[in-house]
Amino acid sequence: MNNGTPILSTDELRMHFPVKGGVFQRAVAACKAVDGVSLTIEPGETLGLVGESGCGKSTLGKTIARLYEPTSGGIAFEGNELAGLSRRQLKPFRREIQMIFQDPYESLNPRHTVGAIVEEPFVIHKMGSRSERRQWVAELLAKVGLPESAAQRYPFEFSGGQRQRIGIARAIALKPRLLICDEPVSALDVSIQSQVLNLLMELQREMGLSYLFISHDLAVVKHISDRIAVMYLGRIVELAPAEEIYNNPVHAYTKALISAIPVPDPTHVPDRVILEGDVPTPIDPPDGCRFAPRSGAEHAPEMLTTLAPFKEISPGHWVEACPVCTGR
Amino acid sequence: MAELDSDILLRVSDLTTAFDTDAGQLTAVDGVSFDVRRGRTLGIVGESGCGKSVTAMSIMRLLPQPMGKILDGEVLFDGRNLATIPAEDMRSIRGNRISMIFQEPMTALNPVHRIGKQICEGLTQHNELSPDEAWQKAVEMLEKVGIPSPEIRATEYPHQLSGGMRQRVVIAIALACGPELVIADEPTTALDVTIQAQILQLINNLQRDLGMSVMLITHDLGVIAETCDEVCVMYAGRVVERAPVREIFANPRHAYTQGLLNSIPRLDGIPKTELNIIDGMVPALSELKPGCRFASRSGREHEPELLVERQPLNEITPGHWVEACPVCTRG
Repeated sequence: MNNGTPILSTDELRMHFPVKGGVFQRAVAACKAVDGVSLTIEPGETLGLVGESGCGKSTLGKTIARLYEPTSGGIAFEGNELAGLSRRQLKPFRREIQMIFQDPYESLNPRHTVGAIVEEPFVIHKMGSRSERRQWVAELLAKVGLPESAAQRYPFEFSGGQRQRIGIARAIALKPRLLICDEPVSALDVSIQSQVLNLLMELQREMGLSYLFISHDLAVVKHISDRIAVMYLGRIVELAPAEEIYNNPVHAYTKALISAIPVPDPTHVPDRVILEGDVPTPIDPPDGCRFAPRSGAEHAPEMLTTLAPFKEISPGHWVEACPVCTGR
Repeated sequence: MAELDSDILLRVSDLTTAFDTDAGQLTAVDGVSFDVRRGRTLGIVGESGCGKSVTAMSIMRLLPQPMGKILDGEVLFDGRNLATIPAEDMRSIRGNRISMIFQEPMTALNPVHRIGKQICEGLTQHNELSPDEAWQKAVEMLEKVGIPSPEIRATEYPHQLSGGMRQRVVIAIALACGPELVIADEPTTALDVTIQAQILQLINNLQRDLGMSVMLITHDLGVIAETCDEVCVMYAGRVVERAPVREIFANPRHAYTQGLLNSIPRLDGIPKTELNIIDGMVPALSELKPGCRFASRSGREHEPELLVERQPLNEITPGHWVEACPVCTRG
């Protein structure tokens, strides 16, 4: 793909949360939300990250943005290691990695004007004079398709789609290199969703942004991504170029996930793999194949205790090589 | 009162529902008409605020009181107009002959009562059953909706179940009395796609086995395509188009339906290309005009009289109805 340094790479990244219990609230177990994820994002690329609720996709996004201190593993931004850096050491990198959140109602401070919200990154990073900052805010609002007058108004005066535009204006204010988009269109209506997706694609072309695009909506991810990673219970089970993963899914979980999408065509006859049960809890998951209990296929005991390697089966197409789940 | 075709279980005609607010009376549902056929599924699709949930609440007579009221129209069910029958009579129909599946299974269930008890509640309300018989029936219902070890689950509380399991419980409650019509309001929106597939399959199977009619409210056109026989597209409180499901996907006539179908990203689409959009956003209830409500977003010039005069819903081919705004239905 690209032989230069990726914009971001993670190496066996782990984010475990202690589960406390007992009288003294000691850690009695670990919730392994992210458990050994290695991936890269190239400059100007969109990496889609899909999976069900509780698979750890949002935690992975937040860990990459260093909103959490990872338990172990590495996060390199253009080759610079971020894991283990102090708040002060992180500050220059904060400008480079920004986030867009799912709920535009909760991620904007209701007591601040839109102008103050979009200006805040400049204030925090001590950039520009007051009048310069005003100018920048006006330019940002125009860029995301909001009127200049929006700066004087409050978030509640805007619809969901417009609020998401405000969140995007704030995220791109410092001209970041990487945007982590955590379900950015899930709360929006269909007709508004496509407006916001178009805006994101346009900004990417214009500013050369890279995206980590997290979503449970596979049709949306397919549309916007260059490559797609499928996450299950804290691990990436399959990673491939977008077209490849839809045309040629290898892991049983990817197949089930893709086949479960309702197709908006009444003449289409679904050939559906219905999975049994729900995503199990990430508290003390099995060391080996995590999909085994839902796969409906017999796994040999050693497959549950030993992790299969993440293998490249064709150029750029990686899969966790559980012989049962991949049929290889 | 007109006799209904025996094939039609529920006929909604010219239903108009309004809310009293500080800003005056706002009409959320404005002259909506459709039929639900026996044993069939009618889908109602539209964006937030289009009035699809208020339509369901009006049929169930569950509008928030005293703000919400049905101003006009009829809801004909079994020869009676549900919009006007006494509250007492409605109570014997609701949960018994017409029941509802709600979107959010966590809020639809009572967190402090055992699941079994919540299923029994409707059963004992509408039937002469002893507590033991009702409990037995509740366990049976849990089994029917695919909950493993139903005897144990019946004694548990909602928080002990996953989201998909909770939605199965909500379905068990809705179906306990063997209703003729089930209104499902976004039953899978809060669920993951693999769980959604399980739940939609379950609703389909139960419908086949029990022969009930389903009115499915959703914003997901994929779900509509897969589960419905007929579709009603709602926009700003009105039905703009109504047709059999294949017809509406193959031959959408109203500009809004076309816009909606064109704007969804598709798995077989070309990645990273600009998506079609519908410009602007749904108008606020307080700004609605009597004429064509889609005019401002249609990108097409409307003559002033089209904005002030309401157009009728015309049947253009058998079973395919469309709001006859000449501009929005052109081409």
